[in-house]
Amino acid sequence: MNSGELPYPPRIESKKMSYPLIGSESHHLIDQSPLNDPQKKLIIDQILETNRGKPGAIMIILNEIQSQLSYISQPVQEYVAQELNVPPSTIHGVVTFYSFFTTTPRGRHTVKFCMGTACYVGGTPQLIQKAKQIFEIGPGETTADENVSLEVCRCVGSCSQAPVVVVDEQVYGRVRPSRFTQLINKALKEPES
Amino acid sequence: MPVITSLKELIDLQAVVLNRQKEDLESQPFRGWGPEKYAPQALQADQELDAPRGKEIRVVLKNCTLIDPENLEDYIAEDGYQSFATVLTQVTPEQVIDTISRSGLRGRGGAGFPTGKKWQLTRANPGEPKYVVCNADEGDPGAFMNRRVLEGDPHAVLEGMSIAAYAIGASQGYIYCRAEYPIAVHTIQIAIQKAREFGFLGKNIFNSGFNFDIDLRMGAGAFVCGEETALISSIEGRRGEPRPRPPFPAVAGLWGKPTCINNVETFANIPQIILTGPEWFAGMGTEKSKGTKTFALAGNVKHTGLIEVPLGITLREIVYDVGEGIKGNKAFKAIQTGGPMGGCLPEAYLDLPVDYESLAGAGSIMGSGGMIVMDEHTCMVDIARFFMDFIQDESCGKCTPCRVGTHSMLEILTRICEGEGKDGDIEELERLCNITRKHSLCGLGQGAPNPVTSTLKHFRSEYEAHIYEKRCPAKVCRALIRMQIIPDKCTGCDFCAHNCPIGAISGARREKHVIDPNLCIRCGICLQTCNFFAIVATSGEEMPTGA
Repeated sequence: MNSGELPYPPRIESKKMSYPLIGSESHHLIDQSPLNDPQKKLIIDQILETNRGKPGAIMIILNEIQSQLSYISQPVQEYVAQELNVPPSTIHGVVTFYSFFTTTPRGRHTVKFCMGTACYVGGTPQLIQKAKQIFEIGPGETTADENVSLEVCRCVGSCSQAPVVVVDEQVYGRVRPSRFTQLINKALKEPES
Repeated sequence: MPVITSLKELIDLQAVVLNRQKEDLESQPFRGWGPEKYAPQALQADQELDAPRGKEIRVVLKNCTLIDPENLEDYIAEDGYQSFATVLTQVTPEQVIDTISRSGLRGRGGAGFPTGKKWQLTRANPGEPKYVVCNADEGDPGAFMNRRVLEGDPHAVLEGMSIAAYAIGASQGYIYCRAEYPIAVHTIQIAIQKAREFGFLGKNIFNSGFNFDIDLRMGAGAFVCGEETALISSIEGRRGEPRPRPPFPAVAGLWGKPTCINNVETFANIPQIILTGPEWFAGMGTEKSKGTKTFALAGNVKHTGLIEVPLGITLREIVYDVGEGIKGNKAFKAIQTGGPMGGCLPEAYLDLPVDYESLAGAGSIMGSGGMIVMDEHTCMVDIARFFMDFIQDESCGKCTPCRVGTHSMLEILTRICEGEGKDGDIEELERLCNITRKHSLCGLGQGAPNPVTSTLKHFRSEYEAHIYEKRCPAKVCRALIRMQIIPDKCTGCDFCAHNCPIGAISGARREKHVIDPNLCIRCGICLQTCNFFAIVATSGEEMPTGA
């Protein structure tokens, strides 16, 4: 029960990576794994090295990987498990428990709809309807060109300006369906200009 | 920056800072010290925290918007860290606990456990090392008090934690903040860094031989992690599942060691209680609930935002004095307190004093402090369904009553909202509520039935209208309403047709428009966008004409 307190053992260089839990039908996951990209693998290794010694490191490591690579695919989960010398099921269990961790890549931009009580009462369902019309995808999906992901999120704590839409960490309050298209176009363009 | 090593140095520095602030102000008279000057970037346009109204008293929110959260000297100018320095150099841990006990401060996370007693229990436990944990996993939809305190006055929380650490004998603290608050996370990181630079965190603080440091841990979007045992699991790097209590965290908490877990607001109260004295704090509030409490007032009220009121104030005073009444002069219908595990209270309860016992007695809870005001256009069955959907989704799945109970209740509520409710549904809901409340492992499951039981108790007729008359009195539930255009009011501006997501509205420009009921998905966008109030939702009754 208290295994988290012990620092995880240091890395063994010669260990060869194997994926015992990925069946033949999911082999494309290994082919597309971020571990094949030397740059991304370096990021993961650095995250593991810096945080390995901290108590309760699994959460910190997964949070870092999620924020830097935007997803934690199954090969990455197994890699982390092997590196920390814990069962892959432990890592998989943690990844699937928390809603912030995703196992598939997200779009370049994320549009999040706040589903807190105030926003729900204030009209988030209508905004989602409108977004479905614009992007032709539902919440939890990514557009075909991998540009935009729609998400429904928990209360972002900006209830006094409900309903709230969060586009790439920028919070937009008091959004009306009639002005939603305009707002999205503007918000998605901003980073490029 | 030299490390501060004594109370005298701190007070000297305060004088220097105050002097410099005065000079700055005098040399730049137009600097614009508006209350929102230091509001977080993304929220600048919002009046989240306005000047106090009605019976408000600012204790926890005293410094918010007045100081720059990233500048520790600003906090020192407001007597910051003086209580910590006093405590470390002049007072014994037992005296600190006694002071907190006498102030009557109770846990602000919602359960209301006396803080002094919790510290006493943690201190008395023989295990070593001990930990202090700050619960900043404010997951309740509609609550944002803790976020604002962390963003606006992070050092008050750090100071409160440091004092707690001294009182219970801990040398390591953790702040567990939810991942949905990136600005708060950023502010705390800077605050911890600054506190270390000034020597308020680290080894041998104020030359007293006392060591204490704080680490920040981030959640990853799990509501149940606000429950203390689940939070401990999460910090340990595991799935955030609660475990049975006892043993309480004061006995066996983080890594099996005695742990003191308090809410952000509880810690933010501590420095001021030490500084001003427990009698001052105990002078506010009611006999059993002392001090002030912050609430996030949201929903259909004119003045939404953060408020801080003395406990014992009535709900009416909050809604009509502090909140300035209902938006658009509509009728008050209910006030929802305590987040998803709280309850909805109708107008008859408006004169109820707000304290831990009264709210619990009325079938709601204090909770962490979300308060959502609902007007006549809110369907209570839909609200119950909304909360049940939330709880069902966030139930960790460890214990069966919560996992299956919430799922079954959601099924029934969804059916009622979709117009397929049948005779016996209300009784079945009551039975499920009873089972889930009695047999669930943690507060999430035990509180899960509250939204249903409270709406059933106070708004039973709405359930009955849904089930037996197949109508939604508040005109919200999609399957039971119809959107119609009042011909007399329609100007033919085409705005609704333009905004309709499925093109169900037809009509030439400058002519009366018509909604095709077969195509219409009753999303209500047209209702919101029409500038002439020409669109109405009806449910089971005739469409109003003219007026």
